[in-house]
Amino acid sequence: MIKIENLSKKFETNDGEIWPVKNVNLHIKKGEIFGIIGLSGAGKSTLIRCLNRLEEPTKGKIIIDGVDITSLDKNDLRNSRKQIGMIFQHFNLLSQKTVFENIAFPLELEKMDKHIINSKVNRLLNFVELSDKKYAYPSELSGGQKQRVAIARALVNNPKVLLSDEATSALDPKTTDSILKLLNETRDEFGLTIVLITHQMEVVKDICDRVAIMENGEIIETNTALELFRNPKTKTAKTFINSLKSNIVEEEINPKDFGDKVIRLSFLGDSARKPIVSRMIKQFDIEVNILSGNINNLVNTSIGHLILGLSGDDEEIEKAIDYLNKQNVNVEVI
Amino acid sequence: MAELIIPSLLETLYMVFFSTIFSLVLGFPLGVLLVITEKGGIWEKPAFYKILDGIINILRSFPFLILMILLFPLSRIIVGKTIGTTATIVPLSIAAAPFVARVIESSLKEVDKGVIELSLSMGATIPQIIFKVLIPEAMPSLILGITLTIINIIGYSAMAGAIGGGGLGDLAIRFGLYGFKTDIMIVSVIIIILLVQGIQFLGNKLAVMINKK
Ligand SMILES: Nc1ncnc2c1ncn2[C@@H]1O[C@H](COP(=O)(O)OP(=O)(O)O)[C@@H](O)[C@H]1O
Ligand SMILES: [Mg+2]
Repeated sequence: MIKIENLSKKFETNDGEIWPVKNVNLHIKKGEIFGIIGLSGAGKSTLIRCLNRLEEPTKGKIIIDGVDITSLDKNDLRNSRKQIGMIFQHFNLLSQKTVFENIAFPLELEKMDKHIINSKVNRLLNFVELSDKKYAYPSELSGGQKQRVAIARALVNNPKVLLSDEATSALDPKTTDSILKLLNETRDEFGLTIVLITHQMEVVKDICDRVAIMENGEIIETNTALELFRNPKTKTAKTFINSLKSNIVEEEINPKDFGDKVIRLSFLGDSARKPIVSRMIKQFDIEVNILSGNINNLVNTSIGHLILGLSGDDEEIEKAIDYLNKQNVNVEVI
Repeated sequence: MAELIIPSLLETLYMVFFSTIFSLVLGFPLGVLLVITEKGGIWEKPAFYKILDGIINILRSFPFLILMILLFPLSRIIVGKTIGTTATIVPLSIAAAPFVARVIESSLKEVDKGVIELSLSMGATIPQIIFKVLIPEAMPSLILGITLTIINIIGYSAMAGAIGGGGLGDLAIRFGLYGFKTDIMIVSVIIIILLVQGIQFLGNKLAVMINKK
């Protein structure tokens, strides 16, 4: 659905040029919720804004639904943008217009018939559960309600793609959950492809199918959300996973303090049901010390982490780790 | 006294009304142009912006009275005379236009960049952004700006009176200052003050009333 090839973006600043996006390649599938996560300043916003050319890419190509966005002239670009909805961290609602008028805005630009506008907007008001706020002004809404209006407005043109730039970053955790749920329903109901950027791992965990990790303008790791949690490759990915509330920070564990070896197990929902650890203890002559454990719920399954301190004979420990590897759990020696 | 004051008041209102309209007609588009052509604007034209910005600064730095005198020949071309209230409307409108341009510019600049970005992301054209986003979003601030313009023009019109423009300013100077009729001067000045206060009050009220923010 979206192909990004060798995309780079340069800004000329007073202190010379900077490249907030460097040689990015991504392939995002139709109907997918694709997350791009990175720390502030990583270049995420610049990257997502290149997709509808709010920023002009300096190098590279962007193909959305078969159309080479990078080669379009102004007029064609404007028309293509109507196929690409966008939502923002600060909602960007028109402050002097009602909820209804805000959602109707993209259709007004099309000079669409009043009756059609009415029925389309009402349908979306229903979908985002704001029918009772139809005539309210944005200043009368909560943050979550404002983002719902913004989502409805982004959907009213029936776009194929929805770009979300930190759409939940200004919201409290509970509201974030409800907006993410809404985005998920949006994908199912409208068959959208969603590209979502965030600096919050909770967001990735809750709705992303696949994730790219961005650092200093580059994509350093791309994987399914599941694999990313199970087996993060880069240090940044690990840091993000550890940022989840229930996780302990591995760096704070000093292996010397606990037995001979400290290992980190990651297991999916299914293997969590089998008594792997107790079998290991029975089968091998080692001592096991549980240091920490947690479970994160992902889109379709859950993934657990367990940090164990093992002590005993080196050979026995090796055998125990071997055994774990065979049980479809991921083992990492810390 | 009323037979002197009332016609003069009507002259002032007439001058101020039409000068406000014409200065808006001239200045409003310039204010819009300033905002859209500046760096980062939706129709970025840095060279054009610099020239326009410069011209407006030069016009603004002219003392109003001198600008008026320089512009009177234009009145002859447009309305056929250089004396009287109708003739004064021409220089008054033109002299106020650069001020209006700045006032409109600063109001439109207050519009949240995010909203403009959003409009671009929806495929809005530049005229659509101007008329459906920039102006409606800035409306409360524009009303305050226009209020300020009217008050300024009342002040200008009083000065214009000194060079044969008619109105309350003219009355105050001719009868009050030169004719030693202090009472007429005082009443004229009081009416001008009440006019300014009243317009400011109405402008503030209206701006608050329509603001949904
Ligand atoms: N218009 C701009 N001009 C110059 N530098 C910019 C501009 N926009 C963003 N940047 C810089 O690009 C880098 C990446 O910014 P951004 O894409 O906003 O990161 P993120 O969204 O990941 O926080 C930052 O260093 C930022 O200062
Ligand atoms: Mg950002």
